[in-house]
Amino acid sequence: MSLVEIIFWFLSGLALISAIMVLLSKNPVHSVLWLIAVFFAISGHYILLNAQFLAIVNLIVYAGAIMVLFLFVIMLMNQNAETEPRSKSTWIKLAGAIAGGCLLIVVVAAVRDSENLIQNIGGKAYAKTAVTTHGEIGLIENLGRVLFTQYVVPFEISSVLFLSAMVGAVVIGKKD
Amino acid sequence: MFSLKSITDSIQVWLSANLGATGALIAQCVIVILLAIALFAVLGLVLVLMERKVAARMQVRLGPNRVGPWGSMQTAADTLKLIVKEGLTPDGADKFLFNLAPYIVMIVAMLLLAPIAYANNFQIWDINIGVLYVTAVSSLGVIGILMAGWASNNNYSLLGAMRSGAQIVSYELSAGLAILTIVVLTGSLQISEIVQSQADGWWIFKGHIPAIIAFIIFIIAVTAETNRAPFDLAEAESELTAGFHTEYSGMKFALFFLAEYINIFIVCAIGATLFLGGWMPLHIGNWQAFNHIMDYIPSSVWFFGKVFFLIFLIMWFRWTFPRLRVDQLLNLEWKYLLPISLFNLLLVTMIAILGWHF
Repeated sequence: MSLVEIIFWFLSGLALISAIMVLLSKNPVHSVLWLIAVFFAISGHYILLNAQFLAIVNLIVYAGAIMVLFLFVIMLMNQNAETEPRSKSTWIKLAGAIAGGCLLIVVVAAVRDSENLIQNIGGKAYAKTAVTTHGEIGLIENLGRVLFTQYVVPFEISSVLFLSAMVGAVVIGKKD
Repeated sequence: MFSLKSITDSIQVWLSANLGATGALIAQCVIVILLAIALFAVLGLVLVLMERKVAARMQVRLGPNRVGPWGSMQTAADTLKLIVKEGLTPDGADKFLFNLAPYIVMIVAMLLLAPIAYANNFQIWDINIGVLYVTAVSSLGVIGILMAGWASNNNYSLLGAMRSGAQIVSYELSAGLAILTIVVLTGSLQISEIVQSQADGWWIFKGHIPAIIAFIIFIIAVTAETNRAPFDLAEAESELTAGFHTEYSGMKFALFFLAEYINIFIVCAIGATLFLGGWMPLHIGNWQAFNHIMDYIPSSVWFFGKVFFLIFLIMWFRWTFPRLRVDQLLNLEWKYLLPISLFNLLLVTMIAILGWHF
């Protein structure tokens, strides 16, 4: 196993364990902290793919800003296991498990059949492996160029969406 | 001429000759870790003493003057005292998070040492998004602070942590925009390139008035981000006992204390790199003789000189301005600093496109 593989398996294990712990923690504050660990592991994956800009933006936006706001709200409301609403019905849990499983199957099927992810080696179809440590697309120059040429319209529209969300928050927050 | 580059190069050659590629890499990692820890310890000792001496001068006192010549060993004695003290954990605290929090704050501060250029060709990790890395990692320190405040199970601590969180999340924006103005002028996020672009003059001189505005906003924002007076609401002694670290004692308290000073050093180092040319000597246009004399001062002396000047500036603030109220603090950021820095960024972009800077 090469160094990259060792790091990959370590980060994947960390991400999965932390994600499971997000669900299993009794205390919401612990859940949020585990979620931060998940974001760290995913940022590590981005760095393995040589997408340093994505890794850093993931940290700034998710771990640095959104999760801090989550922590803020949860700590202020002082929620814990006792205050949490307990759904007693096992049917709801069952329905949730089935719905989640369906989503998983759809995602797996979509990834399996995606033509971009399949390569032919000797007439047989194999899954493409990701380009590690020397890919170029995640670097800030390339990402910026793609965002402001090929995807400029979606980019601008999403920024308008953010602006409207901000205006909405101000309107709701304003006392009259 | 003396340079750190030749020393690092000869170490590199010697290690790879004697240990092979992997061994040399590991040995270099160990050396870098040891140097980083040594820098931490020395900075802690120097900055705490400097703070107390500066404070004393501002208040017409002498400051610590008993331990060692001019009180220079005072911090070492204090550290010794803190090491032998008992580290209490409150009964109702979340034990694991309570004990983890100081280390998180510390590790975040340590990670930030990586991209800083301490001297000519003397840098741990010249990542191509250096400036963004610094903004990203420094925004993680608040997680440690929130953790400490919440896990202490103390209302003062929680209030302090909440204030600190609100403050850091808001002031990050203006600090980031101030950094962006220089990135726009340089066209690169890499620290070494930003320093190189200032070979013919520092950005604070080359970038006209927008660069000066950005510098002032940056200094205000980082003072708030490091929870220093006049923005020390997070640990306002008269209101919250000691804020988020009320319940900490012994070495765990010392770690918070140390991390605060290391953070001051780091933000000042970033400020010096972006606006004051990093390790670049002061060069003025065509004054050949003057420029040559300035070149004889080693680059590390330039870097640390600028950083300590900025640190002195921030310490000076502490004893000059009264503490803000929390609503004044948020008004200052969202109603004044943020609009000004957004407008300033536009102005700088115009200057950069039209090529009006020197």
